Amino acid sequence: MIAQVVIALLMLTGAAAATKMDPVPPGGANAPGMSALDVRLKRLESELRCLVCQNQTLADSNADLADDLRREVRTLALAGKSDDEIKTYLVARYGDFVLYNPPMKPVTWMLWFGPFALLAGGGAAWWVVLRRRARAAGSAAPDEAQARGRKLLDDEDDTKP
Amino acid sequence: MKAVRWSIPLGIFVVLVAFLWVGLSRDPREVPSPLIGKPAPAFRLAKLHAPSETLATADLKGTVWLLNVWASWCVSCRVEHPLLVQLAQSGIVPVYGLDYKDKPDDGRAWLAQHGNPYTTSIVDRDGRVGIDYGVYGVPETFLIDKAGIVRYKQIGPLTPEALKDKILPLVRELQR
Repeated sequence: MIAQVVIALLMLTGAAAATKMDPVPPGGANAPGMSALDVRLKRLESELRCLVCQNQTLADSNADLADDLRREVRTLALAGKSDDEIKTYLVARYGDFVLYNPPMKPVTWMLWFGPFALLAGGGAAWWVVLRRRARAAGSAAPDEAQARGRKLLDDEDDTKP
Repeated sequence: MKAVRWSIPLGIFVVLVAFLWVGLSRDPREVPSPLIGKPAPAFRLAKLHAPSETLATADLKGTVWLLNVWASWCVSCRVEHPLLVQLAQSGIVPVYGLDYKDKPDDGRAWLAQHGNPYTTSIVDRDGRVGIDYGVYGVPETFLIDKAGIVRYKQIGPLTPEALKDKILPLVRELQR
């Protein structure tokens, strides 16, 4: 039993050592040991996409290119560039795809407004169907009821002796 | 009335199918380059076979040329390499190589082994020029015109189809 636990622990530490890990100080991104620049870079890098492993941010990725791009972002930040300038620099090279937050422009209108347009369209369709159904129920019911009433009355007449 | 009732869901279905058809047939690894139609980023880098000499983008003004990003550690480069050698032998368009994040010794050994299709190879040791060109995977190939404008980018290995249907017709048009 104890041997199994020891082996499991060894495997875990082995796995952790095998993954190349970022030198994030203990306590995470907002640890007191982190300078304002580090915090800013961390935030900026979490808004940027790693081109190699496309569903990871630049901050999370261990890819070689991500390393290079982080170094590039740091160099630009140290040179006094603003976040927007750094983003513009990367977009000029890799396209809007590097941004996790797609910019608002005519080609992305569908992306931004499509879901709301679909919701509005669905809501409108629903409303039309409901109204039509209500109108159908309102107009059909009296006729039917009248016919049934008349039939009942007629029947009553017929059964009279 | 009945036709309208049928045509609305049918229309939505057709639009959905069209979107999925186009969307799913795209390769998410191929990110369109924002460089197409823009000036090729300038560089001045040491030549692989003559480290004391440099090659700059300005030296290539007036020629239509291909910039092939390669490396000795790049496995898919071996796939396209015979095609590049063939293209170089045909002499249709000069191919310049960007040896990306590679040790120059490894690069030279690799070319000695597999054949050297490059008019000149230049060394991008730390990948800075690669970043300027938006390189995110090797191999990549850029077609650059006489005025130094990027006209086409091939992401991943060159294929005989891409060469025949896209690159060579474009080269002929640009060389005119």
